[in-house]
Amino acid sequence: MSPRLAKALVNGLLLGGAAVALFPLLWMLAVSFMPAGTSNALPPPLWPAHPVLDNYRQLFEHAGMGRYLLNSLLISGAITLLSLACNLLAGYAFAKLRFAGRERLFRALLALLVVPAQVAMLPLFLLFKYAGLVDSYAGVVLPGMASVLGIFLVRQYARGLPDELLEAARIDGASELHIFLRIVLPLLRPVVATLAILTFLTAWNDFMWPLIELTGQGHYTLPLGLASLAREHTEGTEQMMAGSVLTVLPVLVLFLSMQRYYLEGLLLGSVKG
Amino acid sequence: MKASRAAWLFLAPALLVLAVFFLLPVLGALALSFTDYDLYALADLHNLRFVALGNYWMLLHRPQFWAALGHTFYFVAVGVPLSLAASLGAALLLHSPLARCKALFRTALFAPVVTTAVAMAVVWRYLFNTKYGWANHLLGLLGIHPVDWLGDPHWAMPTIILFAVWKNFGYNMIILLAGLQAIPAELYEAARIDGASAWRQFRHVSLPLLGPTLLMVAILTVSGYFQLFAEPYVMTEGGPLRSTTSVLYLMYEDGFQWWNLGTATAEAFVLFLVMFAVTAAMLRLSRKEAA
Repeated sequence: MSPRLAKALVNGLLLGGAAVALFPLLWMLAVSFMPAGTSNALPPPLWPAHPVLDNYRQLFEHAGMGRYLLNSLLISGAITLLSLACNLLAGYAFAKLRFAGRERLFRALLALLVVPAQVAMLPLFLLFKYAGLVDSYAGVVLPGMASVLGIFLVRQYARGLPDELLEAARIDGASELHIFLRIVLPLLRPVVATLAILTFLTAWNDFMWPLIELTGQGHYTLPLGLASLAREHTEGTEQMMAGSVLTVLPVLVLFLSMQRYYLEGLLLGSVKG
Repeated sequence: MKASRAAWLFLAPALLVLAVFFLLPVLGALALSFTDYDLYALADLHNLRFVALGNYWMLLHRPQFWAALGHTFYFVAVGVPLSLAASLGAALLLHSPLARCKALFRTALFAPVVTTAVAMAVVWRYLFNTKYGWANHLLGLLGIHPVDWLGDPHWAMPTIILFAVWKNFGYNMIILLAGLQAIPAELYEAARIDGASAWRQFRHVSLPLLGPTLLMVAILTVSGYFQLFAEPYVMTEGGPLRSTTSVLYLMYEDGFQWWNLGTATAEAFVLFLVMFAVTAAMLRLSRKEAA
């Protein structure tokens, strides 16, 4: 094969792949601006001839999407902040603080990764039912407040911090909490950014547990609201696409603006330590 | 002494959360699966009875459960190899020295991974609409008759598999790409001097060195794909003719529509055991091959 042909082939395949990856996203965006009923035509239109915002207005005024958007932001934001606090403290402790049984405890935590989360969901629902937490924000946030993967990620990164720095501070008589807040945390900034975006995206896209836990529409997140609209089969294509755009766009924008941190986290999490 | 006390204080919040909201429920699930916890027990705990392995015994004799397990295996057995092939193909293309605008292509190919599965499943439903969907329109241009993608029991699962591959291949692509980049360039250089073709370089340099990464990625993908739920929930509601009812979908129905929590937890545990057995077998097989 001539180098020229090979080059055309490689780039042509990449272009084709990118087109397949992006087409559903672009089509969704285009249809969300079409007037109701106009996307169901042959050949299926690719571009809104007369773009309108009606679908979005309908969603906010009649389908309660504004509420779902707010719920999603609130729940994902709370999970991100709280789990950052828990995972950073624990990950740092596993990496740098000495205590009896450290390695054994860490290995036990990693073993938990083998158990799929769904096994815990039914008893968790019962637990929350007896605690009066079914259909509450707390019921979604509480189980998300710490994650083994998050602790693992922080530990991996924190192990690279220089011990001399911490020892010097200890000799100066600084408390462990002071050392963590003043010295360690600023050095952990990259992994904080990585963990924050990974957690937020996971919480935003999460479906099964919120579906079980949130029984009333008042607490629905965007994926729940969208899924319930989809199963009712009453809304038109254009409005469903507008709802999908609202659900996907925030995380897509977040990813694009923090791509480096996201991909680093993905690689860090996949390397055995 | 003081340091170890600080350590436990630092660990306490995370360990508490994991213990109360994960470990305890998992143990609870095991206990629950030995009872007949149902709507009556939910109303009054006095109606709860211990049934030992009764739920598991019943599952073995329930065609619905075997069917759900079969659908899940179908999804895993076809979906995982397809996903891995797409990931590896994309990673090789991105790694090729001939590729241009690599960062841009990488972002485009990765974009589906960060999207919300539920939202994109909704989009997919319209793209694969029998009458107005783009999938059938494109097939029509090639002279192929329209397919009832989500309405035909033979096509519904393949459509969901296509969706899963589209949605997930970018994730493994990034990991495999990093694996490819870690292979020293000298090895390819040496192979080239020996006159090895691009295919032979891939077969005898890239693939063996990528082996451990591929295995890890395969195991993670297998366990992820066994947890099929949101896609059938949104795209097909488990149908048509229950052809896309996965084990988790059945568990959700039994647990939260019929309130048979004893049965549902037993289903969850069987799925867990199956996942464990399959991934352990994969590990074992690869070790044997390496030895």
